[in-house]
Amino acid sequence: MTDATHPTAASGARPRRRAASPARSEPAKRAQFDRPLLPWAFLAPQLLVVCIFFYWPSVQAITSSFYLEDPFGFGSTFVGLDNYKDALGSAEYQRIAGFTALFTVLVTGFSMGLGLLFAVKADKVIRGRSSYRTALISVYAIAPPVAGLMGMMLFDQHIGPFVKLAAWFGYDMKVGINYNDTAFAMILVSVWKQVPYNFIFFLSGLQGIPASVREAAVIDCRNGFTRFRTAILPLLAPTAFFLLIINITYALFDTFAVIDVMVKDKPANNPVTLVYKVYNDGFRGNDIGGSAAQSVILMVVVLVLTLIQFRWLERRVHYG
Amino acid sequence: MMNRATPFDHLILILATLFMVLPVAVAIMTSTHTAVDIHSNGLSLAPGGHGVETYTTVLTKQGGFTGQVTGLRMMMNSLILGIGFAVGKIVLSMLAAYALVYFRFRFATAMFWVIFTTLLLPLEVRIMPSYQVMSDLKLLNTYTGLIVPLLASATGTFYFRQFFKSVPDELLEAARIDGAGPFKFLIDVLIPLSRTMMAAIFVIMFVYGWNQYLWPMLMTTEERFFTLMRGIKQILQVWIGSQIPDYNEAFALAILALAPPVLVVVVFQRWFIKGLTESDK
Repeated sequence: MTDATHPTAASGARPRRRAASPARSEPAKRAQFDRPLLPWAFLAPQLLVVCIFFYWPSVQAITSSFYLEDPFGFGSTFVGLDNYKDALGSAEYQRIAGFTALFTVLVTGFSMGLGLLFAVKADKVIRGRSSYRTALISVYAIAPPVAGLMGMMLFDQHIGPFVKLAAWFGYDMKVGINYNDTAFAMILVSVWKQVPYNFIFFLSGLQGIPASVREAAVIDCRNGFTRFRTAILPLLAPTAFFLLIINITYALFDTFAVIDVMVKDKPANNPVTLVYKVYNDGFRGNDIGGSAAQSVILMVVVLVLTLIQFRWLERRVHYG
Repeated sequence: MMNRATPFDHLILILATLFMVLPVAVAIMTSTHTAVDIHSNGLSLAPGGHGVETYTTVLTKQGGFTGQVTGLRMMMNSLILGIGFAVGKIVLSMLAAYALVYFRFRFATAMFWVIFTTLLLPLEVRIMPSYQVMSDLKLLNTYTGLIVPLLASATGTFYFRQFFKSVPDELLEAARIDGAGPFKFLIDVLIPLSRTMMAAIFVIMFVYGWNQYLWPMLMTTEERFFTLMRGIKQILQVWIGSQIPDYNEAFALAILALAPPVLVVVVFQRWFIKGLTESDK
């Protein structure tokens, strides 16, 4: 067996984003079938689905972002970049973009920080390791809307323990009505839901660090925290960078359900993110062109993030 | 032993466990109390003894605006979505990856990019035009419309491609010498080899499908197609403006919605972690 890229061999070493490799050229199989038509038959289902449900709508999003559509379906007019100008120029859009940025930074920071902390501790313990691990990853499987619903209960005006706790300190917490309170609840729920994902990857990254490296680090540096900072953390950097992009994407898009559940259809004076606005303007406001322009802006953000990730992972450091 | 765990490490882990698991435990326990009890006494960490009634009501009561949907029906729809999505994903992506890895043909690289570009844009950013396409194709309120568009992403294909590339070339050479064609090689050699991979993908994709929210919400307006996630939206809408909301039923619905994917992940933990850390998403 000469193939060095065996996944079971590579996986133990370090979690990595395989999506990085299409950019790199990999050697093709030495042995391949030479049938000109058969591969097309195998590809056909996937290509069909991708073309109908990915390319067609994506192209439509881009096209309709340049048009002003009549909400009652009586044709549309070409307006060039007006939809973009309207979106980017509106005070509401800027306010929501600002909140989205803050939300993304906080959710990413806290869920990665907690995930790393828990993983470092779980990596150290021997006794009870698998129980801790099971408990910490199980929440991964909970859907964002369910997390949002549970958050609504914990922050409920009558029964919510968080509201009671706040009242104890003399603060009248009103999630769903007060902007800051809702933002706090949303961020907490979104972090809670995402910690397990970071935990899984950090733990798997830590366990991939060879024992020899750890032993060498122990000899070089007696102080546990300094050792972690100077020897272990750099080895986790590729994992952390991968997670950074994933978490940003999560905060931008996957939290839609948490937000939708927690604002209870009253986005007016509640914090929402850009994806929510795309949905709200398109489906509730019937502003198809404006919603499409906002979609395209978000597409560009995702593309930039993904490209940064590809670039980085291409020249990441190899070890182990 | 160099990295001996201190009591402090255990303390952090116990707090972490409480942080993650306590909300779920509270939801389970509270769901067994009556709504009035919850309204006056708040959440609870002790069982309330009304669990059977609440869950029976949630599972069998005709709810919604037209009275067409029960919890059981929503659960079945979620199951159809989860399993249909996972199976569809495995079949589609396995065939595509097989073509990309094991065949020499023109435009192979172009096709690779056509498929893998889908990794770049999540469904949420093209949700509005996707809805229009579905409505043009008359696929609203169908299981096809619920499941198939979600398959338009290359995660599974990528995963299988990666795995196939790692299969030693000697296997194909040997199979060829034995006279095996492309179908025989796929069915008799590759599929048996991929069994663990398929299980891992199945777990991840089942959870992903079961947990879908935005797409089912847009695709299904008829209540008989509602999934549990859609039901959660519904229960919150009913909740607004009611004197004593059915807290118990809301919690019970949340538990029904989270139990199957959580169980799948916990039981198949090993495969799940392997699949996740090797393939991303």
